[in-house]
Amino acid sequence: MVTIEINGQQVEAEQGQMLIEAADKAGIAIPRFCYHKNLSISASCRMCLVEVEKAPKPMPACATPVADGMVVNTKSTYALAAQKSVMEFLLINHPLDCPVCDQGGECDLQEFSIGYGSDKSQYAEIKRVVKDKDIGPLIATELTRCIHCTRCVRFGQEIAGMRELGATGRGDWMEIGTYIEKSIDSELSGNIIDLCPVGALTSKVSRFTYRVWELANNDSISAHDCIGSNCNAQTKNGEIKRVISRQNDSINDAWISDRDRYSFEGLQSDDRLTKPMIKKDGAWTEASWDDALQFAVNSLKDIKDKSQIGTVCSPSVTTEEMYLLQKVMRGIGSNNIDHRLRQSDFRGQDQDPLFPGLGMSVADVAAQQAAILIGSNVRKEQPIMGHQLRQASLKGAKISFVNPVSFDANFNVAHEFTIAPSQMFKELKVLAKVALENSSAGAPEGLAALVSSVKVTDEHKQCIAELSDADNSMVILGTIVQAMPNYSAMRILASYIADASNSTLSYLTPGANTSGAYLSGLLPNRTQVAQGEFANTDGLDTQAMFAQKLKAYILYGIEVERDLDNPVQASQALDNADFVVSLSAFVTDAIKAGSDVILPISTITESSGTLINVAGIWQSFNAVSKAKGLSKPGWKVLRVMGNLFNIDGFDYQSSEDVINELKSALALENSQSETSRATNQLVWDCPENISAQTTDIQRIAELSIYNVDAVTRRATALQKTQDAQVDVAKINSALAKKLKLEDAQAVTAKQADNTAQVTISIDNKITDNCVYLSAGNVAASSLGGGFDTIELIPA
Amino acid sequence: MANEVCFRTLHLDEPWTLESYLSVGGYQSLKKILTEKIPAEDIIEQVKTSALRGRGGAGFPTGLKWSFMPRQSEGQKYIVCNSDEGEPGTCKDRDILRYNPHQLIEGMAIAGYCIGADTGYNYIRGEFWEPYSRFDNALKEAREAGYLGDKLFGSDFNFDAHSHLGGGAYICGEETALLESIEGKKGQPRFKPPFPAGFGLYGKPTTINNTETLASIPVIVEKGGQWFLEHGKPNNGGTKLFSVSGNVNRPGNYEIDMGTPFSELLEMCGGMKDGYKLKAVIPGGSSSPVIPGDQMMDVTMDYDSIQAAGSMLGSGAVIILNDKVCMVNALARLSHFYQEESCGQCTPCREGTGWLSHIMHRIEHGHGKQEDIDLLDKVAGDIMGRTICALGEAASMPVKGFLKHYRDEFQYHIDHKKCMVGPGSK
Ligand SMILES: Cc1cc2nc3c(=O)[nH]c(=O)nc-3n(C[C@H](O)[C@H](O)[C@H](O)COP(=O)(O)O)c2cc1C
Ligand code: SF4
Ligand code: SF4
Ligand code: FES
Repeated sequence: MVTIEINGQQVEAEQGQMLIEAADKAGIAIPRFCYHKNLSISASCRMCLVEVEKAPKPMPACATPVADGMVVNTKSTYALAAQKSVMEFLLINHPLDCPVCDQGGECDLQEFSIGYGSDKSQYAEIKRVVKDKDIGPLIATELTRCIHCTRCVRFGQEIAGMRELGATGRGDWMEIGTYIEKSIDSELSGNIIDLCPVGALTSKVSRFTYRVWELANNDSISAHDCIGSNCNAQTKNGEIKRVISRQNDSINDAWISDRDRYSFEGLQSDDRLTKPMIKKDGAWTEASWDDALQFAVNSLKDIKDKSQIGTVCSPSVTTEEMYLLQKVMRGIGSNNIDHRLRQSDFRGQDQDPLFPGLGMSVADVAAQQAAILIGSNVRKEQPIMGHQLRQASLKGAKISFVNPVSFDANFNVAHEFTIAPSQMFKELKVLAKVALENSSAGAPEGLAALVSSVKVTDEHKQCIAELSDADNSMVILGTIVQAMPNYSAMRILASYIADASNSTLSYLTPGANTSGAYLSGLLPNRTQVAQGEFANTDGLDTQAMFAQKLKAYILYGIEVERDLDNPVQASQALDNADFVVSLSAFVTDAIKAGSDVILPISTITESSGTLINVAGIWQSFNAVSKAKGLSKPGWKVLRVMGNLFNIDGFDYQSSEDVINELKSALALENSQSETSRATNQLVWDCPENISAQTTDIQRIAELSIYNVDAVTRRATALQKTQDAQVDVAKINSALAKKLKLEDAQAVTAKQADNTAQVTISIDNKITDNCVYLSAGNVAASSLGGGFDTIELIPA
Repeated sequence: MANEVCFRTLHLDEPWTLESYLSVGGYQSLKKILTEKIPAEDIIEQVKTSALRGRGGAGFPTGLKWSFMPRQSEGQKYIVCNSDEGEPGTCKDRDILRYNPHQLIEGMAIAGYCIGADTGYNYIRGEFWEPYSRFDNALKEAREAGYLGDKLFGSDFNFDAHSHLGGGAYICGEETALLESIEGKKGQPRFKPPFPAGFGLYGKPTTINNTETLASIPVIVEKGGQWFLEHGKPNNGGTKLFSVSGNVNRPGNYEIDMGTPFSELLEMCGGMKDGYKLKAVIPGGSSSPVIPGDQMMDVTMDYDSIQAAGSMLGSGAVIILNDKVCMVNALARLSHFYQEESCGQCTPCREGTGWLSHIMHRIEHGHGKQEDIDLLDKVAGDIMGRTICALGEAASMPVKGFLKHYRDEFQYHIDHKKCMVGPGSK
């Protein structure tokens, strides 16, 4: 620690810190444009010039390291003269039409110019005009307003890992742009809007729909992946107009993904359900809440055998809803409750940890020295996790992938094992063999025999060595592997590899609240945990519920044809059922076709609640926007259902009552907001040695980035991005040649008796003999299991 | 005596060949150092004694600069030669590359030895095709003859050098922009600290010297620091190349002793052309403040004297202006240059150079206003000392200099919307 003096005040600072950081900590404001805590220092705007005793020139506070005894003045005549001249320079070419600028009211330039500007400009020349550029559906440019702080450029290089924007030209002809006209495609691109200190980069979706001073700030939590990024959902008259990021250094730093930023558009979609609806004699009529709930409850009561009721819930609803949903179902005697929509292999479920999580904080990931991701397109699935891994990689971490697709990475990948889903088990056997050979501990029972026939390569050896040599490393199970037919066997091997290489076994989980689902007991095989214990139950998992064609279903926040691994199987089960109740924020023909009553529940931002992220952090939030029509927060609807079923203990006054009940059951103090991260490592249980067929063509399904949930699917701008263009069947050129197919050719995709019309896209990132046809899109809704065999037939 | 250091091969036929260079004792300094195992400290001491100051413009003592390098520390280090030569008026480095490239190579190798670098880069101005290929050929010759490569002269010292054709921008001559440019990035100066001696090319300790600085080294080693010093004056050692341009009879590069009176230099150039009178001199490249002719006649050509006269020796480009030159027009041209060449990253320079240029354009074309003269002075002052690199000063100092001595011509332009100097000028 060193002591410096700023404006006569003694300030403690850390060695190596820059003046601006020390001043910020001490609450001394220094104006700045180019400096940003989470970006590298460019020291170029010169707005932060201050007087440093004995320095021959004014010094930029953002780039001047503190030194013991340094005497600094940020407000002396000398410092102010420098700051004012910089302000004048910035303004000479800046349009002075703040009233028509979207940034007006939250513009750093506007703000500082009030403090440092002069009311009269001596600039008599013509101002510079810069042509705006079309950089895609998300971000609007008004580059005449640019002050060349290069925050957006540095963001691309340092955080997004894509050099999409740059500064071309010299002097006052310097322009920010993409060089050749193209869209900005990073999944984190929208952050440059938050970063831009002026109105040069604004949100194409939000701009001009409000003036900043009309917006209310609401702390909220992003609900589109398991990270739980902190955000500020800004509202006008109870409607979300814009979502911006909110700093949280242990989760998302200063960033949010584009999905978290732009999904809110889906809230205003035309197919929002605003009133309860009942189907009578094949015709839909609107109903009152009382009638609809009574109808639903009575119909369920009519099902005498409660094991004939199946409940499937989205993994992206609040913990309160999950907890109450399972409580209602268990209350009436049904254990068929699940939230694992895309999982198809449940054989290992009794080995599941308390909740499948990271085993560390989100930010800790950036400090790892090695990691291997199994079945994960992390960058698109959990963009902030991709960011943390990239930061680790930039610090030298060795990060490897075992995947069926060579997904684009924005960092150096140490090793990439790209193989068909059916061969992934074998690949993990190879890695386990290396781990076994390196391990000094004895081989667990059966492992040596299991791996005896596989061949080890140098690359596998290196990959495992990197894990073992690292002080801290992880083996990560992604959502793709979790959906594969042989998941439980692969997970055991992954767990062994983690054990043997002294790494943490981590999960990246589907949806926003898989952790919440586990902790609240939304599972068929075990009850909710009470005082550290849970009882095993024998309910049906998602797959079994639909395979066994039950008499009744409760669908909570689900679009069957898009959310489930096998949409056709599920739709058939619904058709066959006597009674189906959907609790949903949206109404579609498909939902109507598959239900008998639809109850309008709020989306996450319209309700208070709690999400528990993949690191076990409990984050509660208030309702941000007004409920649509007569829709109600889910916990309230479930409370009434509990009462109508005459189940005890449904007297909650608020969502806090619900979450507190769960917390005390988990022996968590009410004020506590983190579930301790028990180890994820499994007890060894030698998997069956399956050698898969290799001749059939196998489908690869991944829930693509903008198809993850009902709200995101309806966000129109996101749906126009490059990443959303997934309504194609991707195959590599070898398979195209074998099948005599061409790029852009229309074909029929066929899985068993199910077909869909799709277009071929040739992409050599797909592994051999596989068809990548992502889940959640329209074409996939008439197909079967995500990793089942598939045929492509020329139309 | 002239042409004793950088131009010592100039009298020969094809002075650029290895053969020519060897005939004047080329590569003997390097050989001596390596075979006699002369410690690097001793060489650096000689360079300090010589009072050699950086010829790139700033005049920083070369020996001192070398001593900043963490010579003993492990790891890659670099010597980088700055042949970007962009300062208007300067053309001396070009002739070193064309006529005596081997001496530069030997100088780079010796510098590499002194700072612990085994690799050198020569960043050559983008427009210098002929000098580039001369230098590149010389590198080949040297490599083939064993003056570059591993275990030079049987020692443990390895050294190789590479040429790099520049990006074609004045700013790439600023040493850290130059490093960025070699790295394949846009040539923009880095904020310092960290300085190149700690964090230079590819993040490794690096010394950057001007072509003339490095080309002087073999002769200093051969003849001793004292010999070199005595060619100049204390604190202003050696001979210096002056690139004389403008209204003289024989413009060109002159290698003369530091401290030679300006009047003698003017005489060497055959005096003023067409009998016109000397009006003013820009003594050290376009960035240095202009000095009125009369005053210049009393100045000697060395760092300290020119500084005492209110300007800088800079890169040694001497621009001679006769009494037909309109000072408003001259400054308008210079200001336009700096507007074009500002890299644009820092606010005062990006916006200020453009503003200066706009005002000058207006005054030059008869649209000046009374306030403009003070405004020019203010804008120049607001740039100075507030930028990342010295281009800000380079753009401002000429403005300050022209206004100091020729304010009346600016006033005349504003009042009469035409030039004060007679017909023929605007
Ligand atoms: C805008 C600008 C342009 C420069 N151009 C050159 C150049 O063309 N050649 C050069 O040697 N030095 C140039 N310099 C100076 C270099 O930054 C650096 O000081 C010099 O190369 C160091 O070598 P020296 O110590 O041998 O002089 C320039 C500096 C500035 C600020
Ligand atoms: S567009 Fe915005 S963020 Fe980018 S350089 Fe310009 S002012 Fe800075
Ligand atoms: S002073 Fe000018 S040239 Fe130098 S870094 Fe700043 S903008 Fe670039
Ligand atoms: S904030 Fe320090 S120079 Fe921009």
